[in-house]
Amino acid sequence: MSGFGNAVSDTLVLAQRSLKRIPRAPDLLLSFTVQPIMFVLLFAYVFGGAIATPGYDYIDFLMPGIIVQTMSFGGFVTALGLSEDLKKGLVDRFRSLPMSRGAVLAGRTLADIGTNSISVATMIVVGVIAGFSFDAPLAHIVAGIVLLLLFGYAFSWVFAFIGLSSSSPEASQSLGFIVIFPLTFVSSAFVPVESMPGALQAFAEVNPFTIVVDAMRALFLGAPAGNSIWGAFAWSIGIAAVFAFLAVTKYKRAVVR
Amino acid sequence: MRGIAASDLAIEAEGLRKSYKDVEALCGIDLSAPAGTVLALLGPNGAGKTTAVRILTTLLPPDGGSARVAGLDVVSEAAQLRSQIGLAGQYAAVDENLTGAENLEMVGRLYHLPKGEPRARAAELLERFDLSDAADRLVRTYSGGMRRRLDLAAALVARPPVLFLDEPTTGLDPRSRIGLWETIEGRVAEGTTVLLTTQYLDEADRLADSISVIDHGRVIAQGSSDELKDQVGGERLDITLESKDDAERAIAALEPIAAERPAMIDGLLRMPVRERKGAIAEAVRRLNEAGIGIDDVAMRRPTLDDVFLTLTGHALEPDEGEGADGEEAER
Ligand SMILES: Nc1ncnc2c1ncn2[C@@H]1O[C@H](COP(=O)(O)OP(=O)(O)O)[C@@H](O)[C@H]1O
Ligand SMILES: [Mg+2]
Repeated sequence: MSGFGNAVSDTLVLAQRSLKRIPRAPDLLLSFTVQPIMFVLLFAYVFGGAIATPGYDYIDFLMPGIIVQTMSFGGFVTALGLSEDLKKGLVDRFRSLPMSRGAVLAGRTLADIGTNSISVATMIVVGVIAGFSFDAPLAHIVAGIVLLLLFGYAFSWVFAFIGLSSSSPEASQSLGFIVIFPLTFVSSAFVPVESMPGALQAFAEVNPFTIVVDAMRALFLGAPAGNSIWGAFAWSIGIAAVFAFLAVTKYKRAVVR
Repeated sequence: MRGIAASDLAIEAEGLRKSYKDVEALCGIDLSAPAGTVLALLGPNGAGKTTAVRILTTLLPPDGGSARVAGLDVVSEAAQLRSQIGLAGQYAAVDENLTGAENLEMVGRLYHLPKGEPRARAAELLERFDLSDAADRLVRTYSGGMRRRLDLAAALVARPPVLFLDEPTTGLDPRSRIGLWETIEGRVAEGTTVLLTTQYLDEADRLADSISVIDHGRVIAQGSSDELKDQVGGERLDITLESKDDAERAIAALEPIAAERPAMIDGLLRMPVRERKGAIAEAVRRLNEAGIGIDDVAMRRPTLDDVFLTLTGHALEPDEGEGADGEEAER
């Protein structure tokens, strides 16, 4: 039996475990569906009239940004789940089994791709109803969806690390929000970067969120891409790689306490 | 040593040490268990039992010392070792949002059992642990006792030759406790080596071939239940005479073989024995020779409670804080 084959099968077993939970504890499902819908509607109708977005209707400007933000939070399920596994002694059990060391984390982050897909689909439907329209060839739209899921996957690893580092499921969730929320707002997601004061603008321009949102506008709306598309893929892969390494290292030494 | 080749030891640890920041949890403990036997780590809360189990199951590297389980080093051969052990930790480690059957199948697949085996094994274990009726119910609807049993079943999925059970019966009602004891005895009869930790003397007494008494990270006594009791001494014969009028003559006849002068207490002739072996036969012989009628003779032995009190100067009392559901206990 090959080590790699086992690692893949272990990961799938654990991804399946995470996905089974969704219909069984449907409270979580709300955060993949109702919450994104609420955000789309609030931003579109409350801020829509107040924010000037030259060249675009606000709903067209908004959708790529808000989907990217939602993707970055999708991984909170991983943080919550890992933190619970740790508390309940399941991590101890898994670590005592002859299974692949990364599988618990890989399984959870993989399952997040499933739930993130539900969010993306829901948001696109609601966006279209609220007036959003794609302005790009199908291949670009598909590439855009792939990028969204990849970016979400990268943040699942960030959340995996957060979940293993915090003392309780609640703490892991609020830590995640404190780190990620400001990053998403100081980016091109909701307002044009040019409208920000100098210091913020300088930060927003190098913020990976801006790069990913710009890439999404290029792929969904045909906006000028510059280097944003390659940049977005590079950032996603980079974040995934760094945090996967950090999280697996942390997992190997996980101590219940 | 006990005259057993090292290779026959399923568990052997030498000088294990572990500190957490400012707490020294283990201060160099030695443990050994021949294959097919039960070793109990007996000690109060905070003694270091869980830390020892975590080291032996590869979850935690020791700061010092070495240990081998099933002939494999717990540090350098950890990966191979994991397929040889089963662990049921201190709190039932089962997934609330899976059914009982799904939990066991998942564990079987993570042990990489051959195709089809995880499902068959799950059904078999659910049956054996009296959980068949609840097999397809979500575990979050299970009682504390049911979770405990499922947790133990999960440790047995791959039929591991060495089993680690950390306080397996803490928080169980008396009936479930006895059921669990019988299961453990069944595994041992099939050749499994078991290390279990417990705060309960009767549990160690009933299950263990060998007991290591642990307190403050040290093994303060080690041996079979009988050996530990001998170490404390205090064994005595309680003799009921046919006629109390024979008391003085009986005392005179028994004094030469008694550890202290026998005495009549509450109508019983009480004789502290010097050596347990042959004591009853010798006492009966002497009384017969003196023509004294005997109604009843019983060897009264100190309990492990007495052992612990003598060794540590404090009684061994399970923590009051343990709730009815072991897995609910939190800090
Ligand atoms: N992760 C940890 N961090 C700090 N101290 C710990 C940790 N785990 C255990 N301890 C301490 O180490 C000692 C031994 O604990 P433990 O092995 O859990 O004992 P037992 O299982 O016998 O109750 C206790 O004083 C406990 O408070
Ligand atoms: Mg313990």
